[in-house]
Amino acid sequence: MLPTLSNEEILRYSRHLLIPEVGLEGQRKLLASSVLVIGTGGLGSPVALYLVAAGVGRIGLVDYDVVDYSNLQRQVIHGMSTLDHLKVESARQRMLDINPDVQVDVYNEPFTSENAMRIAEPYDILIDGTDNFPTRYLTNDLCVLTGKPNVYGSIFRFDGQVSVFYAKEGPCYRCLFPEPPPPGLVPSCAEGGVLGVLPGTIGTLQATEALKLILGIGDPLIGKLLLYNALDMSFDFVNLRKNPNCKVCGPNPEVTGLIDYEAFCGVPGHDHEEGAAGGDWDITATELAERLKQGNHLRLVDVREPHELQISHLDGATLIPLGQLAGRLSELDSAEEMVLFCKAGTRSARALELLASAGFRKMKNLKGGINAWAREVDPSMPIY
Amino acid sequence: MPTLKIPTPLRSYTDGQTEVSLEGNTVGEVMDGLVTRYPTLRPHLFNGEDQLRPFVNLFLNDNNIKDLQGLDTPLKDGDRLMLIPSIAGGGE
Repeated sequence: MLPTLSNEEILRYSRHLLIPEVGLEGQRKLLASSVLVIGTGGLGSPVALYLVAAGVGRIGLVDYDVVDYSNLQRQVIHGMSTLDHLKVESARQRMLDINPDVQVDVYNEPFTSENAMRIAEPYDILIDGTDNFPTRYLTNDLCVLTGKPNVYGSIFRFDGQVSVFYAKEGPCYRCLFPEPPPPGLVPSCAEGGVLGVLPGTIGTLQATEALKLILGIGDPLIGKLLLYNALDMSFDFVNLRKNPNCKVCGPNPEVTGLIDYEAFCGVPGHDHEEGAAGGDWDITATELAERLKQGNHLRLVDVREPHELQISHLDGATLIPLGQLAGRLSELDSAEEMVLFCKAGTRSARALELLASAGFRKMKNLKGGINAWAREVDPSMPIY
Repeated sequence: MPTLKIPTPLRSYTDGQTEVSLEGNTVGEVMDGLVTRYPTLRPHLFNGEDQLRPFVNLFLNDNNIKDLQGLDTPLKDGDRLMLIPSIAGGGE
């Protein structure tokens, strides 16, 4: 039984009711529908705002983060008034301000193999607005196993991808990407940056696809991948086919339940200590400052990109961007003690692995990167 | 001559080039030309046995070369190849 609309609701949704493809019947479908939005960041912001405005009757939000000042460049659902608040609560507050008649459920927890089935159970459609490979594979497998559509969106700098992975009718995410790339090949937005409006474009497309699926109108992006580039203003579409050997949606699946996605991707998906190379390789900013003060000779190697030097730098450091490191090993002396650093310690940890495999031993990774130096040693330095 | 579109995450290995034109009668020949021109790109695209790595998707016009004849797929003038990367950003 679809819900009926009150006179107030008829006024609120009048611009939908005027479209023959939506109409009163379509609006009733929207009010009866339920969508789970995984992540309330760059993509989740526009998704949640537009779905609540459209009158999707029940919306779930999953995130375990708090609103940070550096989020506001793109995460338009949050604001100054909710800095340091739980993201799911901040988002719910804004959503209910737009439309208090909608049910907004919040899950302030990481989305994991342990809780994903329970969290997703009440919802018809899942929207992938996460920021890491393990959660993307988890969302895909969950949707395949439970027969739900996965409205996928992903971004990097100026590039975006959108598709609807719905194994009942087409390929899944694993048909296209059977395996994740090795850790470190694809930088995250926290390392590589992202144009603030990009998640707005991609998230809005995801919201559009979700509304079309609920209404049963138009051609959803099932079996198609949209590739967007903001610099070229190009929209390319490619055809995706079901992979007959797909390990989760193929006829002979190996994956029949949720697995350990962090192990599968070789990276931590949640709550990892940022910028730690681990064990004896790490040096804290405070320790480094102490050793430099004692006059120890240490070669500082900055593996960031040249434009990041304009934000902050350490005196005397040699700049060798991570992408060039493999070709510039001859500039380094394995007998000299080195400290590698980047913004937050992730790229330098990879640089350290690369150097270790080339035989270097006398080196350390600055834990937490130059941002940790700004926090612990030089408060006048900006954090980015 | 076929053209190949390079996605943003791999442009640091192609001197920032967004698109390259390369001679070749098959997809494999064009890809050989690409990694010869940009040697640091090779390990990101190919494994030790010169097979495309599983997370690399190469599309000829609208279709995945896996659904065609793989690296042996013949090319004609004006064909457009596109490397489609795995990207994961969006939430943070």
